[in-house]
Amino acid sequence: MDAQTLTYIFVFLSFALYIGIAIWSRAGSTEEFYVAGGGVHPIANGMATAADWMSAASFISMAGIIAFMGYDGTVYLMGWTGGYVILALLLAPYLRKFGEFTVPDFIGTRYYSSGARIVAVASLIVISFTYIAGQMRGVGIVFSQFLDIPIFWGVIVGMAIVFMYAVLGGMKGITYTQVAQYCVLIFAYLVPAIFISMLMTGVPIPQLGLGAEVIDGSGLSVLAKLDATLVDLGFTPYTDGSKSTIDVFAITMALMIGTAGLPHVIVRFFTVPKVSDARMSAGYALLFIAILYTTAPAVGAFARLNFVETVHDTSYTEVADWFKSWEDIGLIGWQDKNGDGKIQYHPGAPFEGKPTFRGRASDGSRQVTNASTDSDNEVYVDRDIMVLANPEIAALPAWVIALVAAGGLAAALSTAAGLLLVISASVSHDLFKKTFARGLSDKQELRLARISAAVAVVIAGYYGIYPFGFVAQVVAFAFGLAAASLFPAILLGIFDKRMNKEGAIAGMVVGLSFTATYIYFFKLGSPELNTPDNWLFGISPEGIGMIGAIVNFTVALIVSRLTADVPDSVRALVNDIRIPKGVERPHTH
Amino acid sequence: MENTDYWKANLRLMFILLCIWFLVSFGFGILLVDWLNQFQFFGFKLGFWWAQQGSIYVFVVLIFVYARLMKKIDRQHGVSDEDDI
Repeated sequence: MDAQTLTYIFVFLSFALYIGIAIWSRAGSTEEFYVAGGGVHPIANGMATAADWMSAASFISMAGIIAFMGYDGTVYLMGWTGGYVILALLLAPYLRKFGEFTVPDFIGTRYYSSGARIVAVASLIVISFTYIAGQMRGVGIVFSQFLDIPIFWGVIVGMAIVFMYAVLGGMKGITYTQVAQYCVLIFAYLVPAIFISMLMTGVPIPQLGLGAEVIDGSGLSVLAKLDATLVDLGFTPYTDGSKSTIDVFAITMALMIGTAGLPHVIVRFFTVPKVSDARMSAGYALLFIAILYTTAPAVGAFARLNFVETVHDTSYTEVADWFKSWEDIGLIGWQDKNGDGKIQYHPGAPFEGKPTFRGRASDGSRQVTNASTDSDNEVYVDRDIMVLANPEIAALPAWVIALVAAGGLAAALSTAAGLLLVISASVSHDLFKKTFARGLSDKQELRLARISAAVAVVIAGYYGIYPFGFVAQVVAFAFGLAAASLFPAILLGIFDKRMNKEGAIAGMVVGLSFTATYIYFFKLGSPELNTPDNWLFGISPEGIGMIGAIVNFTVALIVSRLTADVPDSVRALVNDIRIPKGVERPHTH
Repeated sequence: MENTDYWKANLRLMFILLCIWFLVSFGFGILLVDWLNQFQFFGFKLGFWWAQQGSIYVFVVLIFVYARLMKKIDRQHGVSDEDDI
């Protein structure tokens, strides 16, 4: 059977599995809809958290980004894992003891203020929507790539599936579907990685293969060979970075505390029975995530080496088929600047912007019409293709390629569903039940939660089909915004009894505005000024969330010391969440 | 407050573990990476290994250590959730 038929079969089987689970675990109450009844086993919750967390970006893009950034890719590897240590030690156990449904619930109750609750809901919606649009886009790309379905229909199918289990099943349906999705995605990630590691080094464990010797008689390790090959072509060595130390530091920190402040991650810890389970569950979640995250750098390095060896100095007529098939859909572009009919790969952009094509040359290559740059480089390659193209680049069997498609879909759908749930929960629970329509019955609230999830699916789908040009970039900024707004408010709510509503609101508003303005200025307002010379302390917009968080903490601490003390009931609440004993099932107070 | 001792024990453990967290990631993986890269470790430059492999393993261990030790501290101070629900 060919790869396409196999892909149809794999994707169909995995979808049937998800829908079956959704029907089996349909939610009947708000408690089940929001937090799966609070009865999920820590290991199952760990898997669900891992699937929730690892999005299309982790599965599809990350190894590709590392492949092209080398050491600088470290910011994503450490940033997106180290946050779980903060989450497990500083937030998750206390929020579980608090025992409510949503993150704005905690902020609204701890800061005894509807204003704080609404600021939190607003931050949550901005963060979650920027994130979710990227997921639907990922679904569309996988469909169009592997199944030859237009992106439009790909997104529609994806929306229908997510609708089925998020809207019907709520958190309960999502949790058990995510457990299945984790298994699919990790299997789909590891199989090609193991194959490629075997092919290149003879070592079946990619984490060790990365340091092992390449089987080509050179006696060099993968990384040493990659360094040498890239230096020959004029690149900086793979294991050295080109970002400044302070920028690497700031981006890593912003991603870590942003991770800990992401609502769809935090809310997962509301679903386990006890405080001690929340701690363990964070450990399992990170363990399951680490399996993929320690494999990714190996995949990235193997892919880069394979890419250079197959492409550089190869004549177009002899280059592998995958090069041509990705060229056909515009994610690879080649401009034969020196007219020798061979592909030369060097540092720098080959031409201005993304490739636009007009007709084909006599050798069959697509003619790129963009203005050339001075660089010797002739190849444009979209980083997102590395994981998807890797099995083809390494000439792996067709079923592995099919598996990768199913895995990419599992990663995108599981994250989209988790995000939809936090959006619908904060609209129906925080905005309606707790703020504007306090008299809602449990049944009405549940119906409202389903309606808001359905509306959110449609909006997300719309942005999947008609993405803003900057959606892909904005996803990374969701972390900066979470770091500068929600994280400090939650942390101070637990560890500083003196923190009052004035301090928390001022901190969130100033931190969020500062970070959003900085990002807006450099990314959308004046992109031509986006160079290290103009950055504050040399910190790029990706890392500014760290400064935003420091600003938030400082403003909150100063304002709280100058304004009224917190009520006694809130002190009692803080004392209560600090001890594990007496945990209750989540409920509406 | 009767639970001051418990809270102090919690903070002490947290502080120690967060120091390790900072050391392996921001320390070994970022600030000291160039110096550590002069050493070889299973085919890796040592700093690079900490940045892209080692730190992540340590993160996982840190959380499980915290969960286990906190369970003990909970029990010693009589605030364990073992009998709940």
